[in-house]
Amino acid sequence: MTALTGVTVGQAPPPATPPRPRRRLIAYLLLLPGGLWLALFFVLPMAGLASTSLYDPAGSLETGYQMTWEWRNYVDALREFWPQFARSFWYAGLATVAGLLLGYPLAYMIAFKSGRWRNLLLVLVIAPFFTSFLVRTLAWKTILADNGPVVEALRAVGLLGPDGRLLATSFAVVAGITYNFLPFMVLPLYASLEKIDRGLIEAASDLYASPATAFRRVTLPLSMPGVVAGTLLTFIPAAGDFINAELLGTPRQYMLGNVIDSAFLVRLDYPQAAALSFMLLAAILLLVFGYVRRAGTEELV
Amino acid sequence: MPMSGELRLVSVTKRFGGFTAVDDLTLTVPQGSFFALLGPSGCGKTTTLRMVAGLEEPTAGRIRLGEADITRLRPYRRPVNTVFQSYALFPHLDVFENVAFGLRRRGAPDVAGRVRQTLDLVELSGYERRRPAQLSGGQQQRVALARALINRPKVLLLDEPLGALDLKLRRQMQIELKRIQTEVGITFLHVTHDQEEAMWMAETVAVMNAGRVEQMGPPAEIYEFPATRFVATFLGKSNLLAGRVTGTAGADVTVEVAGGRFALPQPRNRASGESVLLGVRPEKVRMARPTDVVPDGHNRLPGVITDTCYAGVSTEYLIRTGWGQELSVFSSNATADSPLPPGTEIVMHWNPAHSFLLDRPQGAEPEPPEPDEVAASPGSRFEEVR
Amino acid sequence: MRHRIVRWLADHLVVFAGVAVLGYLFLPIAVVVLLSFNRPASRLSYSFNEFTLDNWLHPCGAGDLCDALAISAQIGLLATAVATVLGTLMAFALARHRFRGRSGTNLLIFLPMATPEVVLGSSLLALFVASAVPLGFSTILIAHIMFCLSFVVVTVKARLAGMDPQLEEAAADLYATEWQTFRRITLPQVLPGILAAALLAFSLSFDDFIITNFNSGNTVTFPMYVWGSAQRGVPPQVNVVGTAMFGIALLLVLAGELRRRRRPEGPPVAIAETRAAALVADAR
Repeated sequence: MTALTGVTVGQAPPPATPPRPRRRLIAYLLLLPGGLWLALFFVLPMAGLASTSLYDPAGSLETGYQMTWEWRNYVDALREFWPQFARSFWYAGLATVAGLLLGYPLAYMIAFKSGRWRNLLLVLVIAPFFTSFLVRTLAWKTILADNGPVVEALRAVGLLGPDGRLLATSFAVVAGITYNFLPFMVLPLYASLEKIDRGLIEAASDLYASPATAFRRVTLPLSMPGVVAGTLLTFIPAAGDFINAELLGTPRQYMLGNVIDSAFLVRLDYPQAAALSFMLLAAILLLVFGYVRRAGTEELV
Repeated sequence: MPMSGELRLVSVTKRFGGFTAVDDLTLTVPQGSFFALLGPSGCGKTTTLRMVAGLEEPTAGRIRLGEADITRLRPYRRPVNTVFQSYALFPHLDVFENVAFGLRRRGAPDVAGRVRQTLDLVELSGYERRRPAQLSGGQQQRVALARALINRPKVLLLDEPLGALDLKLRRQMQIELKRIQTEVGITFLHVTHDQEEAMWMAETVAVMNAGRVEQMGPPAEIYEFPATRFVATFLGKSNLLAGRVTGTAGADVTVEVAGGRFALPQPRNRASGESVLLGVRPEKVRMARPTDVVPDGHNRLPGVITDTCYAGVSTEYLIRTGWGQELSVFSSNATADSPLPPGTEIVMHWNPAHSFLLDRPQGAEPEPPEPDEVAASPGSRFEEVR
Repeated sequence: MRHRIVRWLADHLVVFAGVAVLGYLFLPIAVVVLLSFNRPASRLSYSFNEFTLDNWLHPCGAGDLCDALAISAQIGLLATAVATVLGTLMAFALARHRFRGRSGTNLLIFLPMATPEVVLGSSLLALFVASAVPLGFSTILIAHIMFCLSFVVVTVKARLAGMDPQLEEAAADLYATEWQTFRRITLPQVLPGILAAALLAFSLSFDDFIITNFNSGNTVTFPMYVWGSAQRGVPPQVNVVGTAMFGIALLLVLAGELRRRRRPEGPPVAIAETRAAALVADAR
């Protein structure tokens, strides 16, 4: 048996040939056009946004802006719009959790119970993308309308008061966001569930785990990469969204996106809008990196 | 040994749609025995195992473990554990947690102590914190074994557990498995398509084909005296000569194959009809020069060597008979004689007690043509063919 | 018997839940289809009033709807073409070449995907305004190419990474030059990935509202048109367009699905998987 421990299974390391200079040159040539595009239209604007956020707010588009390193722009923006800021993350968080709760059973069904219907079901999951995001969101307006069947049914069973409404409430906004980003939750979940060896679940069952325990101890931990990816793909766009709040809510449901939108396009207060954009980006990136790092090292295989 | 823990399958049938994977199977596995289910892929052996584990439900029939009927019991309620073919080690858990999995589910006391003890048994102490991906194939196999054994199941099911290992490692693990089985005294039900593995390890082997058990018994009995044509060819090689029973001579049965006469003792006869297969294992056949003396009472069959394969311990010859059938003969290389070259004319001969007689199933080997114009010995006919 | 029914229900609980969620996904689409046959009671009414085929017979009968569709299609095709070419080149560099600055490049590709669209759109607007670039068709195009690029890179890269490297070695062994290997082996293998990337890019571009909203000036794309009409009352023809888009895309995908019957992993999964994998892997 001691001989066994000495035996290692594995491939020989790949031969470490240094890349030939010509091939490296080709790599840079291949990267050049795309990289240039991103540098010009992503990095540069970001840098511009950063500097705009520090301009003197006394300026305007007509008179021009002065760089005065106005850190106060951030403080002022946060003081004025912290409710929208908090609401963005609160709604995005709610929609992410709701999306996970709705998306997991669907992904699970497609991965484990769909048999030969699997491909069709996958097509159906992405099918909502085929119609315009806006058109679908407007359809929710019809569904949740005050005299619509959903509201009337809820009124009939007493879940909603006689004057209660769904449209123009936080519920409608969160439901809309959840709906819009649900496929982004389902597909990565499916991808990671589908990779799980069915034998592992059988093994858990063989080792005295009831279906619920097997799910909690084996299936769920093994699907964590999908959970992480799905929640990110939902949370990031949800936090920046303003369409649902605009179409399904009222100014009382406005999120940071609405504020940025109007600051840039209506109020034309560029320094403040830039500061708000930058804070949104920073907050999301911090959250994402922290989350992935935590989940990545502890839960992922 | 008390009979209370024996595993009994009674008329178990499993159908998948129109396909019958296991067909009216009845089997008793005595408690504490090492039992092997042997058969080619698709013969229903793994399905049988999965029904015992509870991972498939039988279409008909009952499965009993001791006094209890476990036919419809869910897998996690059965005192039965499995070593899976792919090992199915949980990739997100380390070795310790993999092995402890079953104990934790049942809330057993002293998990750490028992895991340590079991890892000792499979000689994997010190690997507790490794992940399965960091182990070699043999080590993974032993973790899978420990993970099942630690629960002290009434029956341990092994589904081709050594299939993924290379030959040398497999031999070592076979010895190891036998040692562990003797040590823990748990019933082992071992599924394999490797006949050597089955014969080497098991006390009782059941040979399965197309959802049915063809023959069951100790390895030596099955090998030396196969019950069916399938067993004779699946378990080792057999030379099968299609012929007819012509009568009896004293304690012997006489058989005619292509004009040649062969005899074998009555107890070696499993045939009930007239149309039969006369079987003899390649290593039981010996070769002599046409001029050499053949021991008294041996059956003789002349032929010419068509191929010689040197295989170290033995040399394997292909020999064409007068009617064109190719038989194989294994000749031990215990002596230093150089192998005979192809083209050599020889006489094959064997002890009648080493051959066996089976009913010839319809559609099996056609009977070689009668040498009608030549009534003489097959030897002279052989000249003609050349 | 009761026991068996309970067990069957328990086994299929997840199926019921899954089908219910699918229903939730399709409810608005059903409403869109329904409303495409509606004669609305008033301009601001969102409920079903009366059945009519008028909207289908006169899809362009609502102001500049068809002009907006044409502009969206033009931008979508152009953005897809440019982003697919540039992105595929980058994917090849990343998957097939070793060079200094790889991780920096990966980050550059990851960040636009992790940045909220509001921020992408507003930063571009700030740039265009600061450099006095007039907003319009070309600025929309620039923005669309930018945000589609990353998704193309990630999709094609995943396809390249999933390819057996021994195929290229085998081609080289069989006397193929580097160019011949690329032309005869690599390209045909990667083509489905490139196609999936192009489809993804087109759908992202065609449907984009948030980024376009910042950079469109007076140019009206289809989403811009819908947004604008949402304030004044949505003409039912919008639902005709929505239904038609859905129908055409579904047919295309189903046809593709039928053709690739044997391969279980189609573009939809591939796309989801690569987006997910890229986000997780790169963020680490």
